[in-house]
Amino acid sequence: MSDAVLRARWERLRHAGRVALIPYLTAGFPTRDLSLAALTMVAEAGADFVEVGIPFTDPVADGPVIQKSTQVALEQGMTVGGVLELVRAAALEIPVIAFGYLNPILAFGLDRFLAEAADAGVAGLLLTDLPAGEDPALERTVRESALAQISLVAPTTTGARLRAVLAHAEGFVYLISRLGVTGAATALDATLEGAVGRVREVTDLPVAVGFGIGSGPQAALAAAHADGVVVGSALVRRLEQGLGPARELIEELRGAMDRGRDGKGDRRS
Amino acid sequence: MTARHAERTAARFGPYGGRYVPETLVAALEELTVVYHEAVSDPAFRDELERLLRTYVGRPTPLSEAPRLSERVGCRVLLKREDLTHTGAHKINNTLGQVLLARRMGKRRIIAETGAGQHGVATATACALFGLECVVYMGEEDMTRQRLNVFRMEVMGATVVPVGSGTRTLKDATNEALRDWVTNVDSTHYVLGSVVGPDPFPRIVRDFQSVIGREARAQVLERIGGLPDWVVACVGGGSNAIGMFHDFLEDAAVKLVGVEAGGSGLDTGRHSASLTAGRPGVLHGCLSYVLQDTDGQVQPAHSVAAGLDYPGVGPEHAYLRDSGRVQYYTVTDRQAVAAFYALGRMEGILPALESAHALAWILESGTRWSATDVVLFTLSGRGDKDVQHVASLAERE
Repeated sequence: MSDAVLRARWERLRHAGRVALIPYLTAGFPTRDLSLAALTMVAEAGADFVEVGIPFTDPVADGPVIQKSTQVALEQGMTVGGVLELVRAAALEIPVIAFGYLNPILAFGLDRFLAEAADAGVAGLLLTDLPAGEDPALERTVRESALAQISLVAPTTTGARLRAVLAHAEGFVYLISRLGVTGAATALDATLEGAVGRVREVTDLPVAVGFGIGSGPQAALAAAHADGVVVGSALVRRLEQGLGPARELIEELRGAMDRGRDGKGDRRS
Repeated sequence: MTARHAERTAARFGPYGGRYVPETLVAALEELTVVYHEAVSDPAFRDELERLLRTYVGRPTPLSEAPRLSERVGCRVLLKREDLTHTGAHKINNTLGQVLLARRMGKRRIIAETGAGQHGVATATACALFGLECVVYMGEEDMTRQRLNVFRMEVMGATVVPVGSGTRTLKDATNEALRDWVTNVDSTHYVLGSVVGPDPFPRIVRDFQSVIGREARAQVLERIGGLPDWVVACVGGGSNAIGMFHDFLEDAAVKLVGVEAGGSGLDTGRHSASLTAGRPGVLHGCLSYVLQDTDGQVQPAHSVAAGLDYPGVGPEHAYLRDSGRVQYYTVTDRQAVAAFYALGRMEGILPALESAHALAWILESGTRWSATDVVLFTLSGRGDKDVQHVASLAERE
């Protein structure tokens, strides 16, 4: 089982009654050193997993904030090897999910990447432009590696497609909360509860919700339905201002999620 | 499952092609595939498209002799005149077909990417004809190079959105169009302009453009009583070339030549020759040849012709390259501009700078053929849009 690390972590969270906070950070943004410091910071400030973005020149699933961050990272010379070196240097206690696009990983060599990433401390891999079932041989290679293959589910993933996507999912399910690219949402889709429910009908894996979550109230709302909450663009934007503002956001989200969960417990009793 | 399996297998050209897209788009691509298959087997759809091509686009386009050019290059050259279509380039063959598909899917909002502006103009035209909302993404750099086409799109009611990210050319306009589609996929059809992108686009665009080769093959047979010896077309994404080559692929005696943009020269690194100087990789939803560095980052392309200024190429071209059925060559910006002037002076025809690349290869290849050979060349677009740019190049010299 290549998702043992992730399963153990989710099991602990479930026992503690805690919703996972999953920050996304672009490797090498705003600089290599600040990126390293940010990884350590989110782990200390209440994150349960962290997604590390591998920069790519053409990130079609990303909005302007993450696009810009990947461009800055690339301009400063960040590479796939550099991302793994950063993860190794951070030596985090929380599990790391590598998040990115296929081409840089193919250029690095898929087998080499899977081996070196596991060695550097990466627990899972999420490829934004590899929808489930598109490249069975490649997906099998990922599943047979030491890394968990994390699957994305979109609002448009329904019916037979949803079952096909989740048939080989590992670690947890990343549920995209709305149509669109990363970042820039004013309100969480009112259908979130239904969307999470749809996924739960098909799988027992934990469900993390992402895209457009950047404030305490949004995180609390997502936490009321999901097992995990992903924050990306809002955090990257804060990191532009500095580590301090970024840490404040993580603490704000953590607090809002924990209060939301407490409140939910009260209502149940 | 069998039909579905066959359909998925056809989504690839050898190892190339596929659907490397965010999960959000998978359902829309599946819907498009189904609707497309239904449409092409529906006589009413085929009749409507055929009627539009005849009465609105002006098809069939003529096959012109080029006597002075022929004398110069030492064999008979025939020009397939896509420059004489309504809007002045082959792009309209595809946009009308795709807008009919959008209407079939009940989608009233159309988006497109454009480089030279020809595909944007052709999309705006089709949308105006059917009363659909039209948004065209165009790199800021290209908007400067092709101001006339920006105005043409706006006159026809399209909104042209400047793209200032990345290289500010076709590659980033395509990124932006894909992002729009991910966001508005419920209401919107993306009219992709070349034989690139995720399946089924390379197949759909090829099929709509194959009218070029179907007509040309019949016209040449009628004119000379046989097939041409050479068929030559320029390749950026590669839609006019695939459209021309498709009906000749089984004619083993016909030599097929694709001409890529060599820009300032392959050794300078400033070019758009993905098949000649790139490596297989994933860009804009398909596996094909891509200009990229050793770390898999996509490299900026360059060409004097905005329509060729793209670091990828259609997956079917990648397959045809590897199989050897098509030979691919490059010519430089300078050679293409010289060919632009040459056709103007010799035949009274200004070719688009894109088409001028294929012409430049013909001008340089006199030693390859004998006097009895016949060369068929896709004149994919007219050069009116490039006059200002070529004039400014002349001033700089």
